[in-house]
Amino acid sequence: MIAKRIISCLDVKDGEVVKGTNFVGLRALGDPVEMAKGYSKAGADEIVFLDISATHEARDTIIDIVKDTARQVHVPFTVGGGVRSIADVNRLLQAGADKVGINSAAVTNPELITAAAERFGSQCIVVAIDAKKFADGWHVMTHGGRKDTGIDALQWAIEAETRGAGEILLTSVDTDGVKSGFDLALTTAVVQRVKIPVIASGGVGHPDHFAEVFKATDVSAGLAASIFHEQTFSIQAVKQSCREQGVLVREA
Amino acid sequence: MIAIVDYGMGNVASVRAAFEKLGYQVVVTDDHQLLREASHLILPGVGSFQAAMAEIEERNLKQLLIQLAKSKPFLGICLGMQLLFEEGTEGGHSSGLGLIPGKVTRIQTPYILPHIGWNQLTVTDLVPSFQDFNEAFVYFVHTFAAETAANYIVATADYGTDVTAIVRNKNIYGIQFHPEKSADIGSRIIKTFLNEVQV
Repeated sequence: MIAKRIISCLDVKDGEVVKGTNFVGLRALGDPVEMAKGYSKAGADEIVFLDISATHEARDTIIDIVKDTARQVHVPFTVGGGVRSIADVNRLLQAGADKVGINSAAVTNPELITAAAERFGSQCIVVAIDAKKFADGWHVMTHGGRKDTGIDALQWAIEAETRGAGEILLTSVDTDGVKSGFDLALTTAVVQRVKIPVIASGGVGHPDHFAEVFKATDVSAGLAASIFHEQTFSIQAVKQSCREQGVLVREA
Repeated sequence: MIAIVDYGMGNVASVRAAFEKLGYQVVVTDDHQLLREASHLILPGVGSFQAAMAEIEERNLKQLLIQLAKSKPFLGICLGMQLLFEEGTEGGHSSGLGLIPGKVTRIQTPYILPHIGWNQLTVTDLVPSFQDFNEAFVYFVHTFAAETAANYIVATADYGTDVTAIVRNKNIYGIQFHPEKSADIGSRIIKTFLNEVQV
């Protein structure tokens, strides 16, 4: 049977892995390729690079990072952040990314999902959705979770699938950074509405939080960033916790 | 020298690196002469079956690959594996290279598609050296899979149905998953292929 995936996310700014995406008080943590290699060796099933660079010059550095990662890291990796056009998707795939994540640009221009999936195949198009709970349901948020688009997140997930997304990277703005576990209600709601793999993100503070979301929902993967960087606990600790609770994970 | 067939279907940096890591000299090319001179042929690829065959025919590679597969160790990876078969149904019906009997169809499973992630191999007794990989986790990304006779199947993966994972017809091998993305296990699988086809 297929294993639940444990994904390590690296936020990259100007060629360095940084802590947090709040753009305030960013701390450089190290070289993205070296860190990706480290996580791959530590048993991460997949790596996600989130490019939070603001300038075009810095965006070129992510291409070099992708090229080096493709050569040196032997697990799949996704690159997202600032992907706005078919040309952006093409550049990242040509550099060697396995998948490309599209977030805000897909919201303003949903046709981008359709065009990218038709041109490159659904398997490499990940639509990232940041969702926040309101009185009338979950809304799609942009600008790092600060701007409410008013779009219903569940409807948006369905549309992303219909347009050809191969996976959904679902981040709960409500649980992100809170460290009390993944957003089980949001994750359940999205997983029940789509037939493509969903990656849960936002809220990990303990190794058991992964097993919790895998047991409570049919989500395919869980993603975390800071807790792995801060070495609060390791990927192996997460996998050990999953095994103890009867969740199938890859031995590595 | 190992030749990776370059026919415009996806980036091959990782595939190239996987063979170089094992100490082989690698060329990525669609040059007929270089392909003829190569010791091994690797057919990679990501994308749709029909588009891939169109690219191969545009480069006049179809007959050459069929001819070279008679004498050289040949490995198809992912879409490249699917092209080894007679027929594909992705993007409409189209002919493949016909090197292994069978056809490529959408996976019939109650589970979500694409089949993405790390799945465990169930290894048959067709090629004993692959027995080491029974229950090993490898990385899959696909929606279509090969339907072929048991006497070509080296390994399958359980995804609500038996998904063909590794096939062999004499010196021709096909791997549906991505060995170049399957960490150390992937590297060992490539090595086992290279050992098996040594002449």
